Amino acid sequence: MKRAFTPKVVTASDLFEGDVIYLTADDRWSRQLEEAEVITDEAHAQLRLLFAEAQQNRVVGAYLAEVAIGPNGPEPTHFREEFRRSGPSNYFHGKQQARQQSSQQPRA
Amino acid sequence: MYSYTEFDRDFLARRNAQFRAQVERRIDGSLTEEEFKPLRLMNGLYLQLHAYMLRVAIPYGTLNPAQMRKLAEVADRWDRGYGHFTTRQNLQYNWPRLREVPDMLDALAEVGLHAIQTSGNTIRNVTSDHFAGASADEIADPRPYAELIRQWSTDHPEFQFLGRKFKIAVTGSAQDRAVTRVNDVGLRLVERDGQLGFEVIVGGGLGRTPMIGKVLRDFLPEADLLPYLEAVLTTFNLIGRRDNKYKARIKIAVHEHGIDAIRDRVERHFALIRPTWSGADRDTLARIKADFAPPAFRTRSTAAFDAARDADPVFRSWADTNLTAHRHPEHAIVTISLKSHGATPGDASSDQMRVMADLAERYSYGELRISHEQNAILPHVHKSDLPAIHATLRENGLATANIGLISDIIACPGMDYCALATARSIPVAQKIATRFDELKLEHDIGPLKIKISGCINACGHHHVGHIGILGLDRAGVETYQITLGGDGTEEATLGERTGPGFSYDEIVPAIERIVETYLDLRESPAETFLETWRRLGAAPFKAALYPETRANAA
Repeated sequence: MKRAFTPKVVTASDLFEGDVIYLTADDRWSRQLEEAEVITDEAHAQLRLLFAEAQQNRVVGAYLAEVAIGPNGPEPTHFREEFRRSGPSNYFHGKQQARQQSSQQPRA
Repeated sequence: MYSYTEFDRDFLARRNAQFRAQVERRIDGSLTEEEFKPLRLMNGLYLQLHAYMLRVAIPYGTLNPAQMRKLAEVADRWDRGYGHFTTRQNLQYNWPRLREVPDMLDALAEVGLHAIQTSGNTIRNVTSDHFAGASADEIADPRPYAELIRQWSTDHPEFQFLGRKFKIAVTGSAQDRAVTRVNDVGLRLVERDGQLGFEVIVGGGLGRTPMIGKVLRDFLPEADLLPYLEAVLTTFNLIGRRDNKYKARIKIAVHEHGIDAIRDRVERHFALIRPTWSGADRDTLARIKADFAPPAFRTRSTAAFDAARDADPVFRSWADTNLTAHRHPEHAIVTISLKSHGATPGDASSDQMRVMADLAERYSYGELRISHEQNAILPHVHKSDLPAIHATLRENGLATANIGLISDIIACPGMDYCALATARSIPVAQKIATRFDELKLEHDIGPLKIKISGCINACGHHHVGHIGILGLDRAGVETYQITLGGDGTEEATLGERTGPGFSYDEIVPAIERIVETYLDLRESPAETFLETWRRLGAAPFKAALYPETRANAA
């Protein structure tokens, strides 16, 4: 029997910065997993992946990553994706730092 | 130290200009990622988990103060103010941006540093004994030969697209500090009938198929080094497998064909090409050797050292742990620990790099070294200067007295940075170091090497750790396998797996049980962990690691 398709997001590395990015439903690339398009249909997933892979001059190494649906949107199901969305554990660098900096900025 | 010629400077400038153009063509879309990837790898540029990573070669682990300061400057200007020293005597920047990498390389070139062949299927940065030119047990300084190999292998047209990477290590001492037996080729300087030559070892390696190298030639006259290496590489290039990445290293060729068949091929090819070598390599070697002439060692009283050692227990502990005998009796080799308890093994801040550069300039005849064990070294220090050096190191978080002890851990970057990793290694190292520092047992335990890899590629050399830890992904959970009894010295031995792995939360208590078992069973404090392991074997350690199994068996 064919396995049920589990929810996915399209993720890749940014060509210029090298950091982790996610494809959104409106065809943008976001640095936040929460903004990623959650794909629940296998055929649609393949189309979105092809769409990502075609953007050779923007992204590197696009692939489908499994997610679970949490209260704030998609969440990683594997620890590798958890590190990718937050950053290294030995320094407060990467996305965790960027997130803190953006939340500290006063709102206009 | 080797000083660049006009030719070297021109070559590096042209190579950097070439790579700059390749980066531009990638950005403007003329090159696809598939086309660009082998080019960027050849220039040390990886794409990792969170960012690009630039791997800069520290050829055979030797640096001068200007180079160290430049590494600090590049870290501040283009990265995050620190660098990570690796198990192949490289420095890695974890956060560069693609557009800025050509500028970083140009800045490094100002002091003769580069990232050429620190990756890719080429002959990699040649590693060597970090105590070369300084240690008391040395036959000859291996660095001139390492430099000769670097010049020969850099951009060598026949060896730019090998079936797989190729690593060479050279040592000049009987005590092997360069892990020559687990490199693709290991070279050990030996003397026979007053002649200098090499024992040539081939086919060692760690990774998913760990193997101890075999002797290809027990005595190669040193004048034959390059033609012989060329014969080895040509043989590998022809018969090395290209059908399977995991079977492409020379160790597999040696394993499949047998050492005798490999030797026949190498010797035949060597006989063919040897006459075509005109001797230009000898002239080059002579010039390189002049650059590595030892400094004029100062002679004066060492009383200040003895007085400080008697008066200050902190200094004494550091001196007893971090110093090694120098060939000149009034001097010492200082190992600066980049493993302060709880810190990331091998990381140095830009400020720490500048401090080490200043110390080298003032006290170590302008020389610094980086070891494959991820520490820094002041190779030639007059003993009377040691108290002042220690004071400066203390002020800068660099005076940890733990060289060769349980917290002097080798750890690869693991899943905190590496795209290939299957589990983290850095936090495991941090937790072990912190735990044993709390227990205040480190000096009582004595010499013990823990080496941690975050995947089977074994950058953390776990197979040759007295205690090796391998991080794996088991059904979506970080799991750590333990090996015991490995040894990376001249008695190279691969560690033995103890049994099932441990979770991230269980691994530190598991290491603690191993160490407690050793402390209980050693015949005296003089018997090291490795000696106890060799005397007793795996049984008592397994019993401590898996008490439930023993209970079930009873």
